[in-house]
Amino acid sequence: MAKITFIEHNGNEHTVEGDNGMSVMEVAVKNMVPGIDADCGGACACATCHVYLQGDWAEKLGERSEMEEDMLDFAFDVKDSSRLSCQIRVSDDIDGLVVKVPEKQF
Amino acid sequence: MTEQAIETDVVIVGAGPCGLFAVFELGLLDLKCHVIDILDKPGGQCAELYPEKPIYDIPALPIVTGQELTDRLLEQAAPFNPAYHYNQMVTGLNRKDDGTFEMETDGGLKFHCKVVVIAAGGGSFQPKKPPIPGIEDFEGTSVFYSVKRMEDFRNKDILIVGGGDSALDWVINLQPLAKSMTLLHRRDEFRAAPDSVNKMRELVASGKMNLHIGQVTGLKGDNGVLSAATVKGKEGEFNVACNSLLPFFGLTMKLGPVADWGLNLEENLIPVDTEKFSTSERGIFAIGDINHYPGKLKLILSGFHEAALMAQEAFRIINPGERLLFQYTTSSSNLQKKLGVA
Repeated sequence: MAKITFIEHNGNEHTVEGDNGMSVMEVAVKNMVPGIDADCGGACACATCHVYLQGDWAEKLGERSEMEEDMLDFAFDVKDSSRLSCQIRVSDDIDGLVVKVPEKQF
Repeated sequence: MTEQAIETDVVIVGAGPCGLFAVFELGLLDLKCHVIDILDKPGGQCAELYPEKPIYDIPALPIVTGQELTDRLLEQAAPFNPAYHYNQMVTGLNRKDDGTFEMETDGGLKFHCKVVVIAAGGGSFQPKKPPIPGIEDFEGTSVFYSVKRMEDFRNKDILIVGGGDSALDWVINLQPLAKSMTLLHRRDEFRAAPDSVNKMRELVASGKMNLHIGQVTGLKGDNGVLSAATVKGKEGEFNVACNSLLPFFGLTMKLGPVADWGLNLEENLIPVDTEKFSTSERGIFAIGDINHYPGKLKLILSGFHEAALMAQEAFRIINPGERLLFQYTTSSSNLQKKLGVA
């Protein structure tokens, strides 16, 4: 179980709980967090669940996989902190994760 | 000039799994189908989004990839000789006084049919438009999301953005025509086919084109005519002079023209009944991910069930007064003849 905070582009914060094994994208969709479109439903095939990791979470979560890196080519304004939230698994280790949602998933 | 309309019983909008299975179910009832899709291939999301990824919830197929499922559905529908029309977006749908329908596509095709089946999934696949401030001022004049005519790009200063096959293919195809060619990608790795990447690297090495690593942050120009793109790279911002910009960021699904067909819509879905899967307009059905009803699950198997029930009502509309005999493919010699197995 982990608490995850999603910060919308306008600053609105949503702190929600996710069960171990879910993806961070699924946690967002289940809790109706705005700005996570997840068109493909979690297949790492659309890049519409793009988020920016806040604080030192980029270091803690480690490298993006090659598949995720390829798919990020289809996202806009990709930064070092960019991740596709469908590719982050919920575990006790990510309790307190904070991510920012981009203005548009386009 | 008016093209002759194609006459058919049924036009199916969308060649995804539900549209393909609808061909089969309608075919068993002797109804002839034409299938229209905006993509250049059948399979819909299965083929476009996850051709190589496994699906685990198709009954009797413990594991199947999106492409395999598509191939099997095409094979299953083949005995009914459906006509497929790819790279076509249905733009117009009108009911005539006699209750039949006229449809047209952006590619100039016209259809005249008795029943329309909307199996359009999440809507039309359309190119993603990067949210660069002010980009809409240049769309259609300097910014293009596809290449319709290569000749339009002769002697242009072209900037192509992206790292996939579309981006690299157009770099290679347009470079000989262009006044200058620049490719911009966010990293120095490309997911495009290695052969295309090698060709691009050779062009860069021989000074025939430029490659920059970075992302577009802004556009410069007046009256729809682009003069440069502002690019943010590792070493800061710089400008790339160009008068044509081609961004290739993949496809996204938009409901598209379906919204204009006078059907009731709820949050971009088409409400249907669960007996016939009919929309608010008699003769227009909606099956698969695009429809909505109480308890709806967006599963391929739900779409298959919907296709079977829809076909029964489609038969009654097309053959008024005729009795529809329910038959099984395992035992009916009539159905087996249609399938070419009797």
